[in-house]
Amino acid sequence: MKRLALDVYNTLFEFVRTFGAFQLFFLRLVKHSPAIVFTRFDLVVKQVYNAGALSLVIIMVCGLFVGGVLGLQGYSNLARFNAEDSIGVFAAFGLTKELGPVITALLFAGRAGTSLASEIGLMKATDQLSAMEMMAVNPVRRVLVPRFLGGVIAMPLLAAVFSAVGLFGTHLVAVELLNVDVGAFWQQMQNTVDIEDINEGILKSVVFGVAASHIAVWEGYNAIPTAEGVGRATTRTVVITAIAVLVFDFMITAMMI
Amino acid sequence: MTNKPLDETSENLIEIRDLKYSRGPRPIFEGLDLIIKRGEVTALMGPSGTGKTTLLRLITRQLIPQQGVICVNGVDISTLNIRKLYELRQRFGMLFQNGALLTDISVFENVAFPLREHTKLTNRLIRHVVLTKLHAVGLRGAADMMPAQLSGGMARRVALARAMVMDPEILIYDEPFVGLDPISMGVIVRLVRRMNDALGITSIIVSHDVAEVSTVADRSFLISQGKVAASGSPDELRTAKSELVRQFMHGMADGPVAFHFQAPGYEEQLLGRDSE
Repeated sequence: MKRLALDVYNTLFEFVRTFGAFQLFFLRLVKHSPAIVFTRFDLVVKQVYNAGALSLVIIMVCGLFVGGVLGLQGYSNLARFNAEDSIGVFAAFGLTKELGPVITALLFAGRAGTSLASEIGLMKATDQLSAMEMMAVNPVRRVLVPRFLGGVIAMPLLAAVFSAVGLFGTHLVAVELLNVDVGAFWQQMQNTVDIEDINEGILKSVVFGVAASHIAVWEGYNAIPTAEGVGRATTRTVVITAIAVLVFDFMITAMMI
Repeated sequence: MTNKPLDETSENLIEIRDLKYSRGPRPIFEGLDLIIKRGEVTALMGPSGTGKTTLLRLITRQLIPQQGVICVNGVDISTLNIRKLYELRQRFGMLFQNGALLTDISVFENVAFPLREHTKLTNRLIRHVVLTKLHAVGLRGAADMMPAQLSGGMARRVALARAMVMDPEILIYDEPFVGLDPISMGVIVRLVRRMNDALGITSIIVSHDVAEVSTVADRSFLISQGKVAASGSPDELRTAKSELVRQFMHGMADGPVAFHFQAPGYEEQLLGRDSE
């Protein structure tokens, strides 16, 4: 019994300690960010390319299909109320406020987050980070901050692309396939969707981008420098990002309604 | 008087006094004293697991000792702030066991890396310096290759070029001879000696290759059980009387360093009596 209590205490203590270190790590990233943005923006650009441009294909393909599904589901449900013309509004709300940011963040964790975590973990395992320190270069600043910023910049852009391609997918299904009136489809969307709705989506995608990049960089940097350790860090990146994204999504939605 | 600042021309470049360091419950160094002289090639030898690499990390303050003083150029490095530490590290060059080249950039960019980070040299000048250093290690032709395309020996030579590119005062080699074929080994051995003499730097080699070290080192320290077990020139060590030194220098399987790791009695364990 005493051992159980001690175990619980230790686990809790360790969790709080790690969580605190995680937050302090965030402050370190933020602290070094302005210097990197103003002096070494080329490094950030490269990482925006790695995290963003290289994720474009998967984001666009997924967006197209998610949009298509929204078209099918929306049509079959809205048609019962003779409201199939509103399908554009239905899809636009769904994509810009929820599905766009959330699914993009989950895909981002799987595509870019894992590659960040494993890259940084392997750099650590092969002494590249130590070598940088020995060359008097701060690896947090030179390696981690550009990758973090790259993710933060790429994520909202990807979410926007996802939503746009998704709407196109809905258009294809609803208008081209199911013969919803094209004028009604786009006109109703324009009339109903406000800038606040778009802003909510942007806010979410920024928050998710910060969270996903922070988690990936943290997990990679703190990976145990072995094959197993790096593998575990990669898995944890996806799992923790997924949880964080959904929790944040709930919190932001609750705040905005 | 360990805290007394020494002038830059002092003979002792690195002084370590009463160093204690333990990882978890396992003590690694227990009162280690060591002096590295300017301009010499110093070898740190010892059986694997005695913390030779740890000692290098302590000297460069990648790790911080629990007790004891490490002075570089007469300055206690534990008193330095980050900025001063980085200034000091610019005077170090370190060759890691596996080279530790940055895998996402080419050989040329790897060697240029410290220059791009710390200097404002023009691209033309950087190109000039990098090609000179690559030429010195015989790999000018590999400038455009990626680190993954290099063999182990080539990677280590590129890493050596990178370690030298800022013209350091101290070059540290962590196991430079491990896993090299005889040709690459000979190349590295000659490079170590040539760098040291031609550029007037101080070299520290961590290794357990007795034969290779003997050909380059001016002075060797044999580290065992957290202390310096013996020191002197390679010849002095070879003729030393101490059991441990003899075992190490002549590569005998059993001696003060036991062949068997700590274990319960062999017979007991085979007969399963230990689990009862």
